[in-house]
Amino acid sequence: MSARTPAPKELQPASFAFTSKNLDTAKAIIARYPPRREASAVMPLLDLAQRQHDGWLPRAAMDHVAELLQMAPIRVYEVATFYTMYNLAPVGRHHIQVCTTTPCWLRGSTDIAAACMQRLGIGFGETTADGQFTLSEVECLGACVNAPMIQVNDDYYEDLTPESTTAVLDALAKGEQPKTGPQNSRNTSEPEGGRTTLLDAKEDA
Amino acid sequence: MLRDEDRIFTNLYGFEHWGLDAARKRGDWDNTKAILDQAPTAIIDEMKASGLRGRGGAGFPTGVKWSFMPQDDKKDGRPSYLVVNADEGEPGTCKDRDMMRHDPHKLVEGCLIAGYAMRAEAAYIYIRGEFHHEANILEAAIAEAYEAGLIGKNACGSGYDFDVIVHRGAGAYICGEEMALIESLEGKKGQPRLKPPFPAGMGVWGCPTTVNNVESIAVVPTILRRGASWFTSFGRENNHGTKVFCISGHVNKPCNVEESMSIPLRELIETHAGGVRGGWDNLLAIIPGGASVPLLPKSICDTVLMDFDALREQKSGLGTAAVIVMDKSADVVKAIARLSQFYKHESCGQCTPCREGTGWMWRVMERLVTGEARAEEIDMLLEVTYQVEGHTICALGDAAAWPIQGLIRHFRPELERRILERSPAAAA
Repeated sequence: MSARTPAPKELQPASFAFTSKNLDTAKAIIARYPPRREASAVMPLLDLAQRQHDGWLPRAAMDHVAELLQMAPIRVYEVATFYTMYNLAPVGRHHIQVCTTTPCWLRGSTDIAAACMQRLGIGFGETTADGQFTLSEVECLGACVNAPMIQVNDDYYEDLTPESTTAVLDALAKGEQPKTGPQNSRNTSEPEGGRTTLLDAKEDA
Repeated sequence: MLRDEDRIFTNLYGFEHWGLDAARKRGDWDNTKAILDQAPTAIIDEMKASGLRGRGGAGFPTGVKWSFMPQDDKKDGRPSYLVVNADEGEPGTCKDRDMMRHDPHKLVEGCLIAGYAMRAEAAYIYIRGEFHHEANILEAAIAEAYEAGLIGKNACGSGYDFDVIVHRGAGAYICGEEMALIESLEGKKGQPRLKPPFPAGMGVWGCPTTVNNVESIAVVPTILRRGASWFTSFGRENNHGTKVFCISGHVNKPCNVEESMSIPLRELIETHAGGVRGGWDNLLAIIPGGASVPLLPKSICDTVLMDFDALREQKSGLGTAAVIVMDKSADVVKAIARLSQFYKHESCGQCTPCREGTGWMWRVMERLVTGEARAEEIDMLLEVTYQVEGHTICALGDAAAWPIQGLIRHFRPELERRILERSPAAAA
């Protein structure tokens, strides 16, 4: 495990509150759980707060969620600092997360990481000066047969080479939305060059 | 080779749409009411007869697990819950993702039937947070099923009420452990609870709960439609059925594929994954069941069958059936050291042997990569793995220990060679 602490005071906003639309969403989320089990909604609510707050979770947002769920603030801090998808400090507009666990490493994730560092001019845990990109090293993202891969915000980019990685980053820098999924010729998790099973399936998706 | 007509996940690669209309054409939700007209115990008996063993790694018989849940005459007023473990994070494993994004209705229908069999009120599907789009598809499929009256009040016209809810995780491998998952679902840190009490007695919110893997639940409707004897016609005794394998690493064509249990490992790789890079003789080692299980050297891979018992006989395991292949260009010590780093990162920090041990083992492993160690440290490391294994609340400690034990068992000469090359004195 690794220690995760909230961002320093000077970065923390004075207050946070859900927008009225997000407050409605929050209430709908809370209703998914049995009565008196509102605390179960803490994870989706923290995610909602993070999305509202430019991709990171300030302490004021944790307090807001605690109040909404009638939880002790410490219980919310515990959750926010335990789970790695909660960003406790500001991140760039595009959060580039490079998987380097063994299945990706065997397929060349070291070169993918190097391509990201070269293109962005930053190392792991750093953000570009213009606030566009943050680069992180992450553990297995569960797309191992499409290794090596990166996640950018909610999207997976798979079957990467250093060249296609740079192309994805170039497109993002230009404000474009690159094609997600495999960056080579194949579809999802089928074997490249033609599948060996499900031969009758017609392509319609 | 398994015939296409015997494959359960006919949309594994997503060539067809995931939605309800296309799913119905694939046979999902076909007269589900007839299944729900059976007594719950009859469904459990059929599942026991099918021989289905849990697809999340441990391989516990699914029907037997369901039978631990209180039936109507044993209920004490507490609701029961089905919890589906979709926190897929075992390195090498990416099968549940395909089922959820391409065939979500199999999972939703499976939840209804399994939930009915164990007299549950609702199913909570705990999906890893990184699977954002997969969770969106799953939620849309659930909305379709509600809209069509397939779940919710009077599900499929059966008179049985059942809800299905998606709960998103937030990036903790440990939440794939069932007790950590339950804690997380309750809104806490994902730190495993001691067992007993077992979930069937006291699980989520203190209520009877069964936690099943996505694949274990998604295959249920097909098994019940085609019959237990159909399912047992695949694989060896005690290892029946079909299974989705994930083949990654140094093969020509990495892929997911559904095959028969007990298929020879070599046939699996050569038929579907285009073979090992550079040919079978270029094979070094394979991790056959996800990061947690010990690796196997080529000599064993030549003949081993892919099922629970055959792999256990080789002191490894089927795990999640995630096959990670390493050819002779791979630095096998570094590959295992990277897994040690993974376990160090993912340890929840609750038990001392795991919290301290995973970091300690990783640091020694990193030194073994470069040979910057003394020969006796190999045995010391092995001894420490036994100190961690079995001395923690959950199996993460075991999972951190096993890959290292496998490495030392099969590649000790390679470890010694590196030490000797760096410093002849240290190898003495």
